[in-house]
Amino acid sequence: MSEVLIRADHLARRYDVRRGMFSAKATVKAVADASLTVSQGRTLAIVGESGCGKSTLARLLAMIERPSDGKLVITGSDVSDGDPAKVRALRQTVQMVFQNPYGSLNPRQKIGAALEEPLAITTNLPAAERRARANDMLAKVGLRPEHYHRYPHMFSGGQRQRIAIARALMPRPKVLVLDEPVSALDVSIRAQVLNLLADLKAEFGLTYVIISHDLAVVRHVADDLMIMYLGRVVESGASAAIFAAPKHPYTQALLSATPVADPRAKRNRIRLEGELPSPISPPSGCAFHPRCRFANDRCRTEQPAATISAGVTVACHAVAEGRI
Amino acid sequence: MPLLDIRALSVDFTTARGPFRAVDHVDFAIDPGDVLAVVGESGSGKSVAMLAVMGLLPWTATVTADRMTFDGRDLMAITPEARRKLIGKDIAMIFQEPVASLNPCFTVGFQIEESLATHMALDSQARRARAVELLTSVGIPEPERRLGQFPHQLSGGMCQRVMIAMAISCAPKLLIADEPTTALDVTIQAQILDLLVALQKQTGMALVLITHDMGVVAETARRVVVQYAGEQVERQVVDGLFASPRHPYTAALLAALPEHAKGARLASIPGVVPGQFDKADACRFAPRCARADDKCRTVKPPRQPANLGEALCHYPLSGGAA
Repeated sequence: MSEVLIRADHLARRYDVRRGMFSAKATVKAVADASLTVSQGRTLAIVGESGCGKSTLARLLAMIERPSDGKLVITGSDVSDGDPAKVRALRQTVQMVFQNPYGSLNPRQKIGAALEEPLAITTNLPAAERRARANDMLAKVGLRPEHYHRYPHMFSGGQRQRIAIARALMPRPKVLVLDEPVSALDVSIRAQVLNLLADLKAEFGLTYVIISHDLAVVRHVADDLMIMYLGRVVESGASAAIFAAPKHPYTQALLSATPVADPRAKRNRIRLEGELPSPISPPSGCAFHPRCRFANDRCRTEQPAATISAGVTVACHAVAEGRI
Repeated sequence: MPLLDIRALSVDFTTARGPFRAVDHVDFAIDPGDVLAVVGESGSGKSVAMLAVMGLLPWTATVTADRMTFDGRDLMAITPEARRKLIGKDIAMIFQEPVASLNPCFTVGFQIEESLATHMALDSQARRARAVELLTSVGIPEPERRLGQFPHQLSGGMCQRVMIAMAISCAPKLLIADEPTTALDVTIQAQILDLLVALQKQTGMALVLITHDMGVVAETARRVVVQYAGEQVERQVVDGLFASPRHPYTAALLAALPEHAKGARLASIPGVVPGQFDKADACRFAPRCARADDKCRTVKPPRQPANLGEALCHYPLSGGAA
């Protein structure tokens, strides 16, 4: 068993929101209850639709936000309380790449300076050494040395995502949290960036946590898979096992709703009725029950507990009772 | 006779850094009841060609074409008044960002009834009844209550349903959907695509679907046009395109999909989509093409016959390669 880098137990993150001058404050449970472990060298993919809390979870794992509840252990030290000293020490271990490469680079900072900044903050390497490392990293992500002196607006979307990845790798992290790393990119560029991520993972022995809604991408890259719905994990386990035989009704619907690029493929689409409920007032019992074909009275009142069978964890009454 | 017949349509933009040809000699022949997908990456000009048909391009654009007719009427010579009678009625369009396409200051009911008031001779009660009927047909529950709501009170999927209701309100002969599901979640995307296909079958209108998602193409379209750097590089029926792509770009695009990956690496296309100043002179795809030779770099490629996917290529793939 390889080393466990991130362990999260019943992680939760709540936000207070104002809903106008006279109404009471409401609480959004962006992440209601999520547990996971990430082991060295694996790729964990977190999948779900908008509002399911996958990006919030990514920000918790990258220690950008503090969990409201639960326990988060990163490489053996407990950072649940968000102690600034501990978090600062671990920042270099977990780095994050954001979805929008246009928004995540400072437009007035040259690429070289952007790459060197993490080193200037966290190390006391001399300037020449920082520069050498930045040039090294540019080459590793497939950019040319002359790009060192350029500004972000002079690059295409794919190149900018390469720069964002290079910058995240500068402090030599063990874990890279990638929030929708390729969803803003065109098909041909997406393939280039996915290949680059695979190369870098092999070269630096990295561990990835990838947030995505694109199941074709996830199927290609992930070892482990976690599907979220309204702040809770509905199914998690080995990616191949879940793609082969999804158990939770939501996972089944999500997989069948994804268009397949093959006109001869047999379509057996499970149509989900209705929309995602608001996380301010999630449905009682199982959050998925208003859209579920298998819902009964127990689903409407009682929160399903996670059960493990054949290495896959599923939170569903219907599965536990053998109704599916 | 095709419903929409376009020959050699080009669109040039005047930019601060000189002229830019976004669309270069494209042809469309769309029959009534046809479902055509236009596929391409960003900057391939797939939206601009359709905006030219709608007359929605800014003044910096110059549209030239040998022929551009809709339902027998010449769209090049049409007066602005006559065009306004046509678009929104016989040709309708829905856009990528449903929330941004609706006016936030008016209720959805007002906005649906506005197009009915413009194009149909209906009194206000008949318009309200028709609006309720339209919302029901696009699958919106409690249509009477929704009519009184503003766009910000609806989800993205609901707003796209409202946009579709507005588009089909006057029973158009042609519906152009520009990336209708790109901004939506997977399960909502499935709902909207099913709705569009069902409405198309029901009404017999022609549907043009502009998208970059090969999965969406495979599941909805009958014919496909692949666009690259403003040119149509391949035109085929959907089964043929996926089974045996003829243009190297189409083949590379399909091979780059993660679901077609063999092993850990994806077959990526080197380089980037050309911009305003680095378009190749002869074959636009030659700088990124593995099969390109000197002829590709110097001589404009010919249009191949229909059995070769009408590929714009000197050396179309002979089949079996995918």
